[in-house]
Amino acid sequence: MNLGPHADFIVAAYAVTVFVVAALLAWVVLDYSAQRRILGDLEERGITRRSQGKG
Amino acid sequence: MAVIDLANPTRFLNIVNRVLPWLAAITIVLFAVGLYRAMNAPDDYQQGATVKIMFLHVPAAWLGMFGWALMSVAALGTLVWRHPLADVAGKAAAPIGAAFTFICLVTGSLWGRPTWGTYWVWDARLTSMLVLLLLYLGVLALYWTAEEPGRGARAAAILALVGAVNLPIIKFSVDWWNTLHQPASVFRMGGSTIAPAILTPLLIMALAFTMLFVVLHLAAMRNEILRRRVRTMRLMQARELAEAGA
Repeated sequence: MNLGPHADFIVAAYAVTVFVVAALLAWVVLDYSAQRRILGDLEERGITRRSQGKG
Repeated sequence: MAVIDLANPTRFLNIVNRVLPWLAAITIVLFAVGLYRAMNAPDDYQQGATVKIMFLHVPAAWLGMFGWALMSVAALGTLVWRHPLADVAGKAAAPIGAAFTFICLVTGSLWGRPTWGTYWVWDARLTSMLVLLLLYLGVLALYWTAEEPGRGARAAAILALVGAVNLPIIKFSVDWWNTLHQPASVFRMGGSTIAPAILTPLLIMALAFTMLFVVLHLAAMRNEILRRRVRTMRLMQARELAEAGA
């Protein structure tokens, strides 16, 4: 595949897109594991979303 | 199951957990096919190989606008119907739409330099797209800086509805004003002006990016629901501690 005299611009466009999409994927995956971890910690301490007190 | 059942966050989470792996797999397949077709598409007779940037730039532009349209519908849900998932959907769409708008602007700039001879001009299409990015940043600032989430959600919803005025301006800017940017060439009266050998990979890439948007949006909505549960539980914990101390 020959990208011609403007290959740098094409490669840069694909690189930026890959970087931004990777950042979005990392954001949703890391955020999900963080929220799951915090929820797990709270539930282990007996805290619920309803006013049931401890347990 | 009625559509209204999706209004229940727990049911919504169950559905998302089931469908997300399948949607992600479909997205990967679409990208594999789309990128293969894009890399093997013929060069444009005028632009040469730089036409390959179009396979990123055009879908990103569509999804940047789609994200705002989605936020506007969600804003109606927040302000008018107070749908439990409306604000969640709007908040989750904002960073994704902003990211696609950013990709559109950067890839457009990298495409413009070899084809127009400049990275940027203040013409109507480019400027209205930049305004869209600034609007996204404004919505994100409202969500991230509001001390009370409900107040931030209402302010963001109002900005989303006001900012929707920018969508037809972006779409028709190339018709209303004399711009360096080319007029619509995919969806237009009289059919597309793009050769099928280039149009087909463009449409596959657009479908792949749309699926990516859907996957990211559902995953971000799931995270936001969990974040709100964490907040509720922490408030419960604080209340119990206050009652125990009283």
